Amino acid sequence: MYGGGNVFEATKFDNLQTEDPAKLAEFEARIARGEKIEPNDWMPELYRKQLIRMIEQHAHSEIIGALPEGTWITRAPGFRRKMAQMAKVQDEVGHAQLLYSAAETLGKTREQMLTDLINGKSKYSNVFNYPAFTWADSNIISWLIDAGAIVNQMANAKGSYGPYSRALERICAEEAFHLKYGHDAVVHMATGTPKQREMIQAALNRWWPPIMTFFGPSDKMSTHTETLMRWKVKMASNDECRQQFLDMYVPKIWELGLTVPDPKLKKNMETGQWEYTEPDWDEFKRVINGDGPCNAERLAVRRTAEERGAWVRRALLNPKAKYVKPLA
Amino acid sequence: MNELAIKDLLYKLADDQLILGHRNSEWTGFGPILEEDIAFSSMAQDKIGHSLAFYTLLQELGEADPDTVAFTRNANQFHNSQLVELPNGEYDFSLIRHFLYDNAEIIRFEMLSQSSYEPIAKVATKLKGEVKYHVLHANTWIKNLGTSTEEAILRLQASLNEAIPYALGMFEPSQYEQELIEAGVYAGEEAVKVEWLKRIQAVIEKTDLKLPDLNTIEPKFGGRHGEHTEHLQPLLDEMAEVFKIDPTAEW
Repeated sequence: MYGGGNVFEATKFDNLQTEDPAKLAEFEARIARGEKIEPNDWMPELYRKQLIRMIEQHAHSEIIGALPEGTWITRAPGFRRKMAQMAKVQDEVGHAQLLYSAAETLGKTREQMLTDLINGKSKYSNVFNYPAFTWADSNIISWLIDAGAIVNQMANAKGSYGPYSRALERICAEEAFHLKYGHDAVVHMATGTPKQREMIQAALNRWWPPIMTFFGPSDKMSTHTETLMRWKVKMASNDECRQQFLDMYVPKIWELGLTVPDPKLKKNMETGQWEYTEPDWDEFKRVINGDGPCNAERLAVRRTAEERGAWVRRALLNPKAKYVKPLA
Repeated sequence: MNELAIKDLLYKLADDQLILGHRNSEWTGFGPILEEDIAFSSMAQDKIGHSLAFYTLLQELGEADPDTVAFTRNANQFHNSQLVELPNGEYDFSLIRHFLYDNAEIIRFEMLSQSSYEPIAKVATKLKGEVKYHVLHANTWIKNLGTSTEEAILRLQASLNEAIPYALGMFEPSQYEQELIEAGVYAGEEAVKVEWLKRIQAVIEKTDLKLPDLNTIEPKFGGRHGEHTEHLQPLLDEMAEVFKIDPTAEW
């Protein structure tokens, strides 16, 4: 999981004039040639700022995203699922660790990023502000949210910032397993007892609207993406990702005899594009700005974990140690 | 060899690993640093894997399948020590418990890898390398935090004092103790305890912590024959919440 940091907020690109034009031109030429930008290379301040924001939000999405599925670790039915659910959620926490390191190479410490998360200053993927009511919800997250994340991250893995792109390659390899796990769990539910089928359909109905907003507002509504695309920070538009996701997964959902709760959903054979009910972007904005079903709970859990663990971090702190950026 | 004695031993081993593995997994998402979230999850996965291996041996001896055994018994049918069922508490308690438990578990695995009962010997030989890492993790953290700030040392000391009676409860002898020793299955709980004490003392000596005087402490026995604290049944209810919706379903 969970990708797509850049969809939450974009940096305003109104102030590139302060950069050295020669350096900026060389930087853009390197990116155009397909070179990776490394931590000690020259980069425009806006590039640095946007990447920190994006990688940080991605990292936050991993640890906050571990919560809705994490609550089902202790309740997973049977050894096979229990072991897999633990390993899956552990991977997500591992991704956070990897991503915080990647963001640290740009000059912001993990501690500062976590503080900004708890204070509500930086965002995480909006879907995790929705609850996982049942085991089936957890299965839908494992399958379809991870699927969405892969679409997003495969694109961003081709981005220009070396440490982020390398982190994403590793993350995608693990996500591929999550996808198999999630699909297998959903298949068992969808082909199981009437009760299991009912549980999985209900979960899909609950999660479909958040899934449709996962890739961010439609391209008509998002701005400032041109420079991000040129700098290979953003590699595919929100709508492109959404279309690709629908193309890959709606047939698989239908194949299982499940229905998608959107009467308008169909593929237009002439345009090759999926048509769907426009997601409720007002709700999206409301939730991302703090007023969703689980925002307060998610941050409270994170805050409690930070507070309860503070003595451990204080104890580990060596006053003589000097801060060193991680290698990534 | 008395099959009841072997089954009793296997249940102890399996239930300890399952319940502590379950507790360790509760740290996912809540650790004091991400690295510890990940470490506790790794140990949880190992331990639950070990319990599965022992339940599988039990199944070969005619007991029900591992899912049924793990997910449908009640607390009074569990043979784990009370130490492992206690709630995680703060990180200091979880760490101390992990230290006290795994330093005993590795000794059991070492002994069992030499066991006259071959199926256990095979499993123990295969898995003891994993437990070795759990011990390494516990000892490293105890040494680090146990020599750090006053706050950390006070916390660890309080947790050590609290956990010790339960830790001694791990060594409650079974009714088959003598038989198991004579048949060469393993050297028995008293022998495990003696070696355990040496090992934990060696680590504690390198810290600012003090091991309480064990002669004045009453061990918390009972777990090995189904007497548990009020914490075990809720843990089991939670574990079986989905499974029990339909125990015959394929999840």
